[in-house]
Parts: sequence; C-alpha cells; structure tokens
Amino acid sequence: MSLDSKSAAPAHPAPGHQRRSALGSVLKLRELPVILALVILVTVTAALNPLFLSEQGIKDLLLNATILMILAVGQTLVIITRNIDLSVGSILGLVAFGTGSVFVAAPNLPIIAVFGIGILFGAVLGAVNGLLITVAKVPALVITLGTLYIFRGINNAWAGGTQYFAGDRPEAFGNLSVDTILGFPVITLIAVVVVAIVAVYMLGTRPGRDLYAIGSDPEAARLFGIPVTRRVLMAFVVNGALAGLAGVLYASRFNSVGATTGSGLELDVVAAAVVGGVAIFGGSGTVVGAAIGALLLTTITSALTALRVDKFWQQAIVGILILAAVVIDRIAGVRAARKLRIAEARNV
Amino acid sequence: MSDPTGSGTIVHPDGEPSETAAKGRRMTASPGSTRPGTEKRQKPGRRGAADTSTVLAVPKGRTGAARILLGRDAVMIYVLLVVVLYACIVIPRFASPVTVGFLLLDVIPTLLIALPMTLVIISGEIDLSVASIAGLTSALMGVLWQGGMPIALVLVICVLAGLVAGAFNGVLIAYLGLPSLAVTIGTLALFRGLALVVIGDNAVANFPPGLTAFFTSKIGGTGIPTVMVGVVVLIVAFAIVLHFTPFGRGLFALGYSKEAATFVGIDVARSKFLLYLATGTVSALAGIYWTLRYSSARSDNASGLELAVIAAVLLGGVSIFGGKGSIPGVLAGVLLIGTINYALKLDRVSEVVLIIVTGSLLIISVVAPNVAAAIKQARHSRRVRSAPLP
Repeated sequence: MSLDSKSAAPAHPAPGHQRRSALGSVLKLRELPVILALVILVTVTAALNPLFLSEQGIKDLLLNATILMILAVGQTLVIITRNIDLSVGSILGLVAFGTGSVFVAAPNLPIIAVFGIGILFGAVLGAVNGLLITVAKVPALVITLGTLYIFRGINNAWAGGTQYFAGDRPEAFGNLSVDTILGFPVITLIAVVVVAIVAVYMLGTRPGRDLYAIGSDPEAARLFGIPVTRRVLMAFVVNGALAGLAGVLYASRFNSVGATTGSGLELDVVAAAVVGGVAIFGGSGTVVGAAIGALLLTTITSALTALRVDKFWQQAIVGILILAAVVIDRIAGVRAARKLRIAEARNV
Repeated sequence: MSDPTGSGTIVHPDGEPSETAAKGRRMTASPGSTRPGTEKRQKPGRRGAADTSTVLAVPKGRTGAARILLGRDAVMIYVLLVVVLYACIVIPRFASPVTVGFLLLDVIPTLLIALPMTLVIISGEIDLSVASIAGLTSALMGVLWQGGMPIALVLVICVLAGLVAGAFNGVLIAYLGLPSLAVTIGTLALFRGLALVVIGDNAVANFPPGLTAFFTSKIGGTGIPTVMVGVVVLIVAFAIVLHFTPFGRGLFALGYSKEAATFVGIDVARSKFLLYLATGTVSALAGIYWTLRYSSARSDNASGLELAVIAAVLLGGVSIFGGKGSIPGVLAGVLLIGTINYALKLDRVSEVVLIIVTGSLLIISVVAPNVAAAIKQARHSRRVRSAPLP
C-alpha cells in the first residue's frame, strides 16, 4: 500500500524532481532566514559605508562575535534537549576572573594549561547544573536561574572589588585576540573550530542525534533506549566547558575582568540561538544556525554605528529580530503540519 | 484487581481527592490478572502513588485542616515566621518600625509584579519582559514630565503604555500561539530598547516633591509605607480572582492541560490575553513606583528584576510547569527573600553573599520536595514489595 509507493518513489526519481527537491531543501533550511538577514545587513551597510568591510572592519566584526558564538553553540546543545541554561553568563564571569587569578598566581604557566584549567572549571560548573537537573528531576529553568545567582555570588565574594587588567596577563595571551591568521583573528578561528566540531558531532554521531530525539519527545526517547539522563548531563557539561572556554577568551579579549564580568549575557545567548533558528522547545535547530545568529546580533551593533543610526535603537532592533525569528519558526511549523496532513490524506 | 477496602476514597498525593483517577484505573485494569498490577507497583510513576493505594488501601494525602496547616504554603509561612522571629531576637535593631518601612519599600516592586506573574506561571506560561515594561514606563514618565505635561496625565499615559505593552505580548502569545519564553525574551529586549530610545542616557529627577514624599511616607508610627494600602488592595484582588472565581480556577486547569481546559469550555486564548494585560499594567505600576520612590527616571530602572520576581514566585511554591501555586505562598516567598536580605544587610553580611542565599533558597525549595518524595516513594515501594498480595 502506502509502504510500496514510498519505497518505490526514491528508486525512480525524475531528474528534474531531484533538482527541485535539492533547491527545496535549501529553501527549507531553518538557517536560511538568519543567513539572508545577515547578508542583507552586511550588503546594505557596506554599500552605504565602504569602511564597514575594510580589513579592520571585518576583524572587529569577527572579534565581537567570537565569545557570543561559542556560548550560543553550547546553549544550542542544551536547548535542543528541551532544557535551558541561564547560568552561562555567571559561569563565564567566574572562569574569566579565575583566568585572571591564575595568571597572577602562576605567571609562568603555559597558556595552553590555562585554557585547560578554564575549560575544566566551566565543565565542573556545568556538571553541577546537569546533576541537579537530571538527578533531582527539577526543571532546568529553575535550577539554572538559581545557579545564575549562586555562581555570580561566588564570583562577587571571590573578587570583591578586585579587578585584573590586561597588564596582569602575559602578552602572548592578549595577542590571541590581536594576531590574525589569513585575516582571521586567532580567537575567532578557535570559535570556528569549536562550531565545526560540535556541528559534525550533532549531525553525524549517535549521541548527537540522541539529543534531537530527547528534545522532540523525552518519553519516546527513553522508551527507545536512549540514555536520556546521561545525554542531558553531557549536554550541560559540554555547555559548561564551552562557557569556560568563552571565559578564558573573554580574559584575552577584554582589558578587565572582575565581579560583574558577563552578567546579563544569558539572555543574549538564548536570543542568538533563537534568532539562529533553534526551537525554544527543543528537537530542532543547528549549532551553525546559532553561531550565525550570534554573528548577526553582534553585527547589528557595528552596522548601526557604521550607518550612524542612533545607538539607542540597537536593543529595540535586537528585540524585533528575536520576535521575527519566532514568528518565522511558527509559520514554518504550521506549513509543515499542513503539508503532513495533506500527505497523510493522500496515502489513506 | 479488587479494591480490598471497598471504599471509594482515593486521595492524590497532593491531597486532592481524585474519583476520576480511581475510576479510570479500575476500568483499565483487567480483572483477575495480577500481572499489570504488580508491574505497576514496582515501577510507580509520578502519579503512581494513587494507583498503589487502591491496592493496599493506604489513603495518601491529607484532608481538612491538616491539609491547610501542613501544605506547601503553610510551610513557607512558618519558615517566614521563624526567620522573622530569629532575626528579631538575634539581630540588634531588627525589630523596629524602621525595619518594617525599609523592608516593605524594598520589596514592593517585586511584590507587585509577583502577583500577575503567579497567575501567568500557574497557567503554564512565563513573562520575562516585566522589568523592561517597568523600565519603559519609567523612561516615558521622565520624558513626559520633562515635556511639561501635568503629572496626573503622565501617570495615566504610563499605565496605558503598560497595558499596550502587555497587549502586544498577549496577542503574540495567546492569539498567534507563539511560545511565551521566546516571545518575552524578544520583548524584554524590545521594551528595554524602546526605553533607551525614549530617554537615551538622560535621567529625570525633578518630580513633584509632594508626590515623591508621599511614595516614601509611612502610616503614623507603624513604619508601614502609605503605598502599601494600594498594594494590599491589589494583593486581595489578585487572591480573589485566582482562588475564588471561575476564571482563576480555569487558570489551574489551563496549567495542567490546555486541551482539557478547552474541552471544559475555558476560553484559553482570552484567559492568556487577559493575564498578559494584567502583567503589563502591574509592571507599569511597579515602574511608576520605582521612579517616584527613587525619584529618578532612567532607562535602566528595574533591570534584572524579572529573574528576581520569578525566583520569588517559584520559591513561593508555584510550579514552573503550571497548574500549582497560590497567592499566600507567593507572598510568603517574596517576603522571605526580602526579610533574609534585609536581616543579613543589618547583620553586616556583605551584599554579595545575598544573591548566593537567594539562589540557594530557590534550588532548595524545588529540590527538597522532590528528594522527600523520592525517599517516601522508595520506602513505600519497599513496603509494597514485602507485603503479601491481597
């Protein structure tokens, strides 16, 4: 019956049909709206102000996006499993301040070791979130709202009024965000490598696919034999580790780290993921989309400056973008549902 | 599967009698075969306790006065009383009218916004844009007053602005069916952005002194702020709406299951829309209060308040999944956080430790019941396993 027709269809595909479906799959990409928005934004801005796409201009754009990009990738893993992590800003702050302290305490430590310490520290904080959520079975929104305060409080208590400045860190460390390879800043390359690794992991490995299954339907995933608890815990640990990496890079990129570093960042991160086509209730979206979403959000700021638009408009525009992303996602969902209904009607 | 007692009083772990659950259970269980029953007993789910109690006839949950005196809300109120008593005894100068005054002045914004937020979370949604609405009204107030408008008109326009902002959220969430978490993250940025557009990085401070003095004035020597009268009226109004009207009870149904709520005749979209109108309006009131209390209108007023409000509401026993919670519990939650913060400040505990306390309270308040339930469950299932089958 319907099974036959389904299995027969791909066996004799009309060549024209195949091409159309390839084009169709590009048009159906969840990331398409955000890519289009980014392209339009950059083209329009560059046309009006050629300096925007100068070598230095591009370098600034990438540098600004780097940290948000890494955070958005981690957040995407968590959101895909139908959870959320609001504590990333606080994790980033703690790790950034920790990095500053490590350099002061042990100035001769190799930089790679500092990266290791930062990532490990972030992973431990992520594991605290993950364990509380999976073992005590409490919603992630509540737990990470709590740890947002707790981690920030620890950061405040630890730092007090102390701030570490760029001068306290070795020059080679600060140069990571100054030096370029082929025109790309080193820390941006680190971010791109992270995005690529996580993207491949999510697309091509079993644990990566499991995360999507968990987000679509946690109960079904459990019945299917997916170790839901372990996978969700992993998502939180990876997210923490990435926030840790972002914290170390923050210390390299910005002059000072202190008690309030990274506060308020959590909503920007979630916004970047949502703008990048990650569904807030899990199960769909890609890390590449989230990374482009982060790039778009940070590019807007620079574009508005380049266009001499009042800087006060920037945040309102970010808000409108988020709403647009949500509406687009909804329209796509409604259309997909209608198509499914029609397809099912035909098969009966 | 026979009911050994023959009585029909099955009570949920929550303490609410559920005749339907018991009936459904009897209908689905095949008579004579014990296997499904045993399986069910060994792996009790979240609501499994009610099922096992039909087997062992152990009525779970409490009824009557015990239910009120030992419930989640009551526990919060006891904790609040203990903390207040402890602070009065241990911390010098805590028990004074000055304390009452400053404590209440500090918690009023959280308290105000917590009221509609409770209703929103009970109905299974969330609103993160409240603090931004407060900021927007504050900015608007500054600019209009600066522009020479009479203060009464300014206040009316500000409340209307909150209403419109709430309606915007409401249309997107209730009528377009968009997820509230994502929408209100968007409007959080949008409204704060509009506040910046309206007032920029200026601040307006020259509000009529009579008005600002009124907002910090106290009733006689009690130390209770005069504004508290209005706040109490709002508290009572929200409590009545939530607990004593069909609309309010509908919200609980909505939080449990939207489909079921639709089928029993609740207008889901309209209810949600009204809730967002309420959060918008009350957030505007909080914005006005904030502006006049500190007599300063700035674009970043009340920023970050949304998370504090949600933390207080959840601490007050409202379930983030919806369907559970009460106004008295939330009041206790808000006042508990306020009291602890104020007491610690008086005790010269540095301000930075306070947010650790807030965060820990929030986590403990949600983890503790689950851990307790897990222990109870483990004990119960051990007893069930060792008991002979009827």
